[in-house]
Amino acid sequence: MPAWDYDIIIVGAGPAGLTAGIYAGRARLKTLLLEKLIHGGQVMTTDLVENYPGFPDGVSGFELSDRMRKQAERFGLAFNTGEVLGLEPGPDGHLLRLEGQELRAGAVIIASGAHYRSLGAPGEKELTGKGVSYCATCDGALYRGETIAVVGGGDTALTDTLFLCRFAQKIHLIHRRDAFRGVTFLQEQIFDQEKKGKVEIHWDTVVHEIMGREAVEALELKNVKTGKQERLPVAGVFIFVGITPNTAWLQGRVPLDEWGFVFTGADMATSIPGIFAAGDVRSKLLRQIATAVGDGATAAFAAGEYLAEHRTR
Amino acid sequence: MSSEPLQVSDATFEEEILKSDIPAMVDFWAAWCGPCRAIAPVVEELARDYQGKVKVAKMNVDENAKTPAKYGIRAIPTLIIFKGGQVMEQITGAVSRSLIENALKKAL
Repeated sequence: MPAWDYDIIIVGAGPAGLTAGIYAGRARLKTLLLEKLIHGGQVMTTDLVENYPGFPDGVSGFELSDRMRKQAERFGLAFNTGEVLGLEPGPDGHLLRLEGQELRAGAVIIASGAHYRSLGAPGEKELTGKGVSYCATCDGALYRGETIAVVGGGDTALTDTLFLCRFAQKIHLIHRRDAFRGVTFLQEQIFDQEKKGKVEIHWDTVVHEIMGREAVEALELKNVKTGKQERLPVAGVFIFVGITPNTAWLQGRVPLDEWGFVFTGADMATSIPGIFAAGDVRSKLLRQIATAVGDGATAAFAAGEYLAEHRTR
Repeated sequence: MSSEPLQVSDATFEEEILKSDIPAMVDFWAAWCGPCRAIAPVVEELARDYQGKVKVAKMNVDENAKTPAKYGIRAIPTLIIFKGGQVMEQITGAVSRSLIENALKKAL
């Protein structure tokens, strides 16, 4: 008998981890899914998921992840709350270090995801939760009838600007380039809102400073082409400038790319035998729910193959 | 006393929470906020487990603007623990049950 507690331990209960759990459960592998907070991952903060196939009218992020969790439970996946602090890879099982607990697994699937990146502007940290937000669906309604700003130009920034249009009286969309990266479908809707006067776009502009004593009062903006600075009074600022991987616990254990994402092959295997990665935490081109579930399925399958090989050796 | 979280509004907040003779915890939430829905089961559990010791309540920020503004709430979910009308602790974001429970125990 192998000297480990679980065949597979999955770290992170977003769409990648939950899908890996469904596949591992159906393969009857003894599997544990560890989540540091609450299942769902970043999807939880998405009001309406419109690009995940099978939901022609969209589906709320909460409902989608809740359905995935129930599906994984149905196939026998065990869940536990706990943050993995360290990983010790070994030839005969890998050790996961949690607070007050150690667990051994034959294979590990890293699905710890990513979290929002901060701007690094002065005032940002101090005013987080006091007008600086990274979650439109959480905090949007607290800005009913007010003037706010959104920083970013990708899919998340554009989607959440459109969501915030429901509440805010006016939104200043601040983007450091002269064109958006977000998909055309979203850009069209943003330009519609611009025509209505609801959204004002500040191209080639960065946030130099976030100002306010008790709460956000204004932004100091800087045009990157002209160098001109401008003070913009706002009640809040929503920041969507990309994500950063949750891989601090993997430093020096698993090869990471220059931004900290985990390198894998097409089989989701890292260069360390028995350690796989799936979802947003992986170094890859497109980070979406649709690509995360594919990663999760592949990682669970590859981990199963690895375990089968390991046992018969 | 009910084991379900009590729904409070701007109108009932003072009577139910500030004048409560036991400590009270209010979950400020909204229907479309995923993390709020994610912590809702934890809040319900705590309402059951601390029945008679802590008054656990919920306030919908979509329907009530005055109280969230009074406490400077700019992010949800926010949990505020009150004792004798005073704010004992303010917790923002989806956090673990143990973190909330530790804060509750301090207020008891």
